[in-house]
Amino acid sequence: MKNNTFKIPVTILLSAIACFAIGIYGALPWWSFVVTNFIIALAIPQKPLVSFLTGALGVGAIWAGLATGIDMANNHLLSSKVAQILPLNGSYVLLIVITALIGFLLGGMASLTAAYLRKA
Amino acid sequence: MRLLPFIASAIVTVSLVTVLNVQLPIGKSKTPKLGYFLSPQQGFWKNAEKINTNFDAQVLAKDLKGKVDVYMDDRLVPHIYAENDEDAYFVQGYLHAQFRLWQMDFQTRVAAGRLSEIAGADKLSIDKFFRRLGMVYGAEQTEQMINETNPVMKATVDAYTAGVNAYLKQLSPENIPFEYKLMNYQPEEWTPKKTYLFLMFMSYDLTGRSATADLQLTNTRDYLGFDLFDKLYTNQQDSLDPIIPRGTEFAAASIHPVAPTNADFSYLHKKDSTAMTANATEAPVAPDKNNGSNNWAVAGSKTKSGRPILCSDPHLGLNLPSLWYEVQITTPTHSTYGASFPGSPAVIIGFNDSLAWGVTNAGRDVLDYYELKFKDSTQNEYWYNGTWKATTKRTEIIKVKDSADVVEEIAMTHWGPAMYDAHYQNPQSKGRNLAVKWTAHEASTGVETFYQLNRAKNTEDYLKAIALWKCPGQNFVMATKTGDIAIKQQGSFVARWDRQGDFIMPGDDSSYDWQGLIPIDENPFIKNPERGFVSSANQKSVDASYPYYLGTASSFPLYRGISVNKQLAVMSNITAQDMQALQTNNYNVFAAMARPVLMKFVQTEALSADAKNMVNKMNQWDLYNHPTSEGITVFKIIWDSVENAVWGDELAGSPIPLTKPEAYVLVEQMIKDSNFSVADDIRTNNKIESLKEQVMLGIENATIKLLQLEKENKLSWSAFKATRVMHLTKTDALSRLNLPIGGGVNIINATTETHGPSWRMVVHLTDEIEAYGLYPGGQSGNPGSPYYDSFVDYWAAGKYYRLLFLSKEKLKANEHTKWHIQFSKA
Repeated sequence: MKNNTFKIPVTILLSAIACFAIGIYGALPWWSFVVTNFIIALAIPQKPLVSFLTGALGVGAIWAGLATGIDMANNHLLSSKVAQILPLNGSYVLLIVITALIGFLLGGMASLTAAYLRKA
Repeated sequence: MRLLPFIASAIVTVSLVTVLNVQLPIGKSKTPKLGYFLSPQQGFWKNAEKINTNFDAQVLAKDLKGKVDVYMDDRLVPHIYAENDEDAYFVQGYLHAQFRLWQMDFQTRVAAGRLSEIAGADKLSIDKFFRRLGMVYGAEQTEQMINETNPVMKATVDAYTAGVNAYLKQLSPENIPFEYKLMNYQPEEWTPKKTYLFLMFMSYDLTGRSATADLQLTNTRDYLGFDLFDKLYTNQQDSLDPIIPRGTEFAAASIHPVAPTNADFSYLHKKDSTAMTANATEAPVAPDKNNGSNNWAVAGSKTKSGRPILCSDPHLGLNLPSLWYEVQITTPTHSTYGASFPGSPAVIIGFNDSLAWGVTNAGRDVLDYYELKFKDSTQNEYWYNGTWKATTKRTEIIKVKDSADVVEEIAMTHWGPAMYDAHYQNPQSKGRNLAVKWTAHEASTGVETFYQLNRAKNTEDYLKAIALWKCPGQNFVMATKTGDIAIKQQGSFVARWDRQGDFIMPGDDSSYDWQGLIPIDENPFIKNPERGFVSSANQKSVDASYPYYLGTASSFPLYRGISVNKQLAVMSNITAQDMQALQTNNYNVFAAMARPVLMKFVQTEALSADAKNMVNKMNQWDLYNHPTSEGITVFKIIWDSVENAVWGDELAGSPIPLTKPEAYVLVEQMIKDSNFSVADDIRTNNKIESLKEQVMLGIENATIKLLQLEKENKLSWSAFKATRVMHLTKTDALSRLNLPIGGGVNIINATTETHGPSWRMVVHLTDEIEAYGLYPGGQSGNPGSPYYDSFVDYWAAGKYYRLLFLSKEKLKANEHTKWHIQFSKA
């Protein structure tokens, strides 16, 4: 893939799809997307920063999207309770943000690591 | 040179995963594994149930014999229609697991002394307590007996177990209940033993108070000396209105328990009034003192329809998920509706198409301590009837999270397990070696009582069913469509001599042993009495003419029973709605008796202005514990304060809080004797305080507290009491706090802070049964479900749901029926 304008959205999409697909298997660890992101970023070489962002956005979007969808269908019943336990002052918005942030950070770091490995 | 950045980012990535994959300590508790917990595909998000979830399903299971149809109504109550009994219990187990899995698992872990396994060494003292009390031992006795002698019960519990496990088998890891994820452990297979452990827990909850009370009473007696003790902790209750009306003749006693000749000296310590320095605190866990209940049945002669109405409301800890789960079970042999225990097959309190039944706690003393003298630290022998007698050893292995196993070697004696010894003490046991003897240690067919009650057609069936009941002793009330009403106090009750077992007994002398269990026919029973109703509210079941000692009077609350009987006596043309009103009645009969006697001792003009104000408020109060009432709060604070002034000095010298005398003791003393000598503050040498002075002092003290409450806006009863339904883990966020509800101790609506009517049921035995009920919880145990706490507000408001008890055809067509789960053989 030479055309960078395609490469970026394709990587994001791939990373998101892989994250979702492997996440379906509840018996696998919750961080399995770290492995898929790593492999994707190894296969599709990009600059480290770009690699980080594509991996981060892929997983972050899936985590944010899933959490938001679930939360809306649940009328924030459970998220409001968990946001008191954690404690986030009962803010489900903050809980979704933190959820997405974890996906974003870890997804990005996995891809970044792969990008550096290719260049090492 | 990109190697360094690679290593750095690899380290950061791995560290992030690691940190998010362990439980981080915060204070004394731990976070969940945050990455896992927050993962939308595996963590808690998976438990956030869609508001409009469709519960329709098809379930295939190899252990089923035929087809089972389950219709769920709009309150998520399953109506199970099975082709045979075992399939029905299979499905009951499946549904209990589907909606209450974590709770079933957690409660049986508590009973089995296995909390440390999931929560760490912090819980070791609780685990040791239950192990050494013989909880596992008792469950094993029952399991063994049922396996060997009772094929029907074995098949029932096995089918139930298979149902739970069929649910577990199809449960994928990401869908396990919320609490497992929060506390970071995994569900495990259900076993019949867990069902028996759960029933042991109910025995503990309803009779285990003696495990703490006997030690406290012994320490209190040692501290005060027997004579003063006997005055403050008197067994005499002048205002008692027993379950069996006074004057009823009892069958002649077939056992005549005799107190050992040395009992006055060696056991009661009548001569020995040397005050010992007591050094004790609460045992790690003690069942709530208010565990009790109301139940009653009115005959057709008192109802508008001419048919009996039965009511039952068990008062237990208010928890989420609730102890109760509503269910209808219909098979070719029977059709039953009511409240079931997640963890056990069948309906526990409910009705079928012929009769209804309910239970209250009997409160009889069925647990005693015997003090042992071991020959040496091996505990291989103990002194008994003048010789050394051999013990056997029971090993209990407690697994501890993040730590090595703890092994408890328990010496088993003639009396029972040596609960307290050199290896296990709490401050209350004061270094003694104590064996515990408890009727719950005996194998019991308790499950069969409910199994048979579910199928009972008439009074004879009811009597046969409850005859199997051993522990915890209950008052079983019953009413039939054909017009019978009855109540019987049933259980394995010890034929006791006066005060036998109130205190620790000598363990070296067989004359202190139980001299027999009271024959079933001599247990208190009444059927179709003239007054047209039967009732119980945990008061003493009988007056003093009953030939056996029941246990210390503090186990028998007086006032709810008086209230219930007074009201029922004057009611006529009763409807189911009248009975709902009675179950939620807030009248304070204790205050009605105590307030006027208290006022006899008050010189209003001598009070401070603020105190005068408060006394006025108390006197203007209408004697109902309504949520908005301030008068009850004032009365309660004043009464407690007066009690403190009167008793405080006698108990204050003890470094530990001793048991406070019961409220009735002071009221009845005030009525009888205004020169009550205990009123004197023994700490003032040169002055003898009168009851009058103590009352005035109490009121002034109370006023200080009341003004503070007024400032905090907590003078209204519901704000002061702050009733809450707590999640089993005591997590506020998963609980319902500050419910606007009245009631309280001594009130028919027995709702205190964390305790109260855990299931309210009213059954009108018309041709088509008209039944109402609800519990303060919801059918789903999932905090992420709208059905988690869906009954709580309705319950607090004193409202009821009409219970749908219908044939399959009618239920299918009912407007409240929403979902259909089909079970069939794989």
